[in-house]
Amino acid sequence: MEPSILCYLIPSLIMFGCGVYGFITRRNMLAILISLELMLNAVDINFVVFNRFLYPGEFEGMFFTLFAIALAAAETALVIAIIINIFRMAKNLDISEISKMKF
Amino acid sequence: MESVGNIVMYFIIAIAIIVFSVLTVTSRRILRTATYLLFVLFATAGIYFQLGYEFLGAVQIAVYAGGIMVLFVFAILLTHKPGDKAEPLTSQKKALGLTAAVLGVAACSYALVSFAVNACGSAADSLELDMARLGQMLMGTEKYQYLLPFEAISVLLLACIIGGIVVARKK
Repeated sequence: MEPSILCYLIPSLIMFGCGVYGFITRRNMLAILISLELMLNAVDINFVVFNRFLYPGEFEGMFFTLFAIALAAAETALVIAIIINIFRMAKNLDISEISKMKF
Repeated sequence: MESVGNIVMYFIIAIAIIVFSVLTVTSRRILRTATYLLFVLFATAGIYFQLGYEFLGAVQIAVYAGGIMVLFVFAILLTHKPGDKAEPLTSQKKALGLTAAVLGVAACSYALVSFAVNACGSAADSLELDMARLGQMLMGTEKYQYLLPFEAISVLLLACIIGGIVVARKK
């Protein structure tokens, strides 16, 4: 018995659910970003699994994931630059205390 | 024999993904959160290897587990004292998060189960993707070839480098 398509989609679904939970409950900006990465990663798995099981002769899902990984890297680098800048001004990363755009 | 190894590998990866995803969003120490995320990313790379996308698994390890995690650890160490703990969640916020997550997962799993009954492909008849073909697909301009997105990504990365320097620079 080989693992079927459902066996791969369910862990990715649970990963996405964890990402949603973390995104709502966390208050630290970096932890929110980490939850976002979890959700992004779950979607990447879905692209690859659908590509492999439903269209095994083609590679669109794989290339989509490849470009999504590059986009995630760019996005994370920029967001971390913004977060460090915010930390320099406000001295903490709690989203409930950072409500003003400029001082 | 190989099939048994495959299934054992699958279970290890699936359990690792589930356990470490839950730990990632429940741990109260931010550095541990990042470490659990690293394990989730490695397990994801394991899924890619198991499905036969070796190049994608290598990219996942190099870019995600290598590059992005280093950025996260740097940012955490720059902004937190070691041993800092987040304060416990209020029950209202916890209930809100749990409701959203459980509702979403329930809706998706209902859709999945009703979909998977009539669509069962198999990974066994998968095609091998060798590096020469992958390079041609990445660099070609015909249909199903990806030169334009490749160049767009490179311009985006350049813009991102400049943006990162401008944003994080000391005034």
